[in-house]
Amino acid sequence: MSPVSRGFRRKREAAPADRVPPGQYVTKDFPVLSAGPTPHTPLSTWTFSIDGGREPKSWTWEEFRALPTEQVTTDIHCVTRWSKLDTMWEGVSLDVLLSAVEYEARYVLAFSDGGYTTNLPVADLLGGKAWVAFGYGGGPLGAEHGGPARLLVPHLYFWKSAKWVRGLHLRDTDVPGFWENYGYNMYGDPWREQRYAGD
Amino acid sequence: MAGTAVRGRLSTWQTATVGPVTDETPKVRTLRLEVPEWPGHRAGQHVDIRLTADDGYQAERAYSIASAPGEPLAITVERLDDGEVSPYLTEEARTGDQLEVRGPIGGYFVWEPGSDSGGPLLLAAGGSGIVPLRAIVRERSRAGSSVPVRLLYSSRSWEDVIYSTEFGLPPGGVEVIYTLTRSQPRMWQGYARRVDDQMLAEVAWPTADRPLAYVCGPTNFVESVAAGLVKLGYPAGRVKTERFGATGG
Repeated sequence: MSPVSRGFRRKREAAPADRVPPGQYVTKDFPVLSAGPTPHTPLSTWTFSIDGGREPKSWTWEEFRALPTEQVTTDIHCVTRWSKLDTMWEGVSLDVLLSAVEYEARYVLAFSDGGYTTNLPVADLLGGKAWVAFGYGGGPLGAEHGGPARLLVPHLYFWKSAKWVRGLHLRDTDVPGFWENYGYNMYGDPWREQRYAGD
Repeated sequence: MAGTAVRGRLSTWQTATVGPVTDETPKVRTLRLEVPEWPGHRAGQHVDIRLTADDGYQAERAYSIASAPGEPLAITVERLDDGEVSPYLTEEARTGDQLEVRGPIGGYFVWEPGSDSGGPLLLAAGGSGIVPLRAIVRERSRAGSSVPVRLLYSSRSWEDVIYSTEFGLPPGGVEVIYTLTRSQPRMWQGYARRVDDQMLAEVAWPTADRPLAYVCGPTNFVESVAAGLVKLGYPAGRVKTERFGATGG
């Protein structure tokens, strides 16, 4: 039973409970959170690669942008407690990317420019639930928000949607990525408030 | 970006009692929080705060820890006028009130004596981004570290400078360099503009010293300082950032 904080009252409108997970509040801004400087990789040297399957696979920016794309409108939830509703993205489905490789792995470790990593089950990347996004709000995705391309896995806390993503290591076992090593949850389901290790 | 793994279950919400409060500026207050079972923290970490209204409504936010490890838990909070939690903490809460805390959280934007093999520290703060850096400066003193520190601290005006008394007499080996971006006292001798590449070139330790940088503030401040340090030759892995948007509160 939580103690009452004397004099504290709700100031915000109630967030729609079917849209906003517990402990979150809605923001119209798009806050930026990252652990280091924003990397700037030229598109001429950018690749997206998947290794750990039977054969490694890699796309240049031109090859990646020639893949079929989808428009996605979705809500996003950051572990620091902001949620942003009806964000509009353009990206390539992970169904498309993963169908280009043969694998039996059940997990991936996504990796990014700047050394960031995050771990996800393969099942959470399939079935129209995850994209490599290059567009936001009708324009290109800005570098501070992860451009030229970031992972978009909106059903998990947003640190799983790795900015500046450059590829996936397919893995038989689940290993912690960057924030997971610093005490954040291995899975990160916002609806179960899986913020920290053991939640 | 390799780091020490610090895993294990995080303890759950604990009741905290508000201890002494200190007004730092007209918009910023430091609150000491008495937590009987506080597990301790490291300099640079943050803590989750949960408030409960008498109708059961709850709001949670994260705040940087202002105190050094070994000192009682304290947070320094800037009031955001459209916020929900920060106006309560800066205007309403008083000694003896209760709230809940969970933490400490975060293990990357952390400084410990000897944990980074030597080089001097460059600390860059925009506004209330000073809070975790103040914990680092206090921890350096507490631990008896002699690592040289330059703290570049950007505020709108002198009235907005947090911890001005404490930094008025910094410990030996710590240099505090102010810039006041919006208005300056008469006869102001310090910088009077937003941090830019020229200022960083004048203030930042040369890369040959193998400096380690901690940058905390609003997004545009952190973006420009971190990019400026990389331009000066700082390896990206030696620039740790913590950002917050002007949102929520």
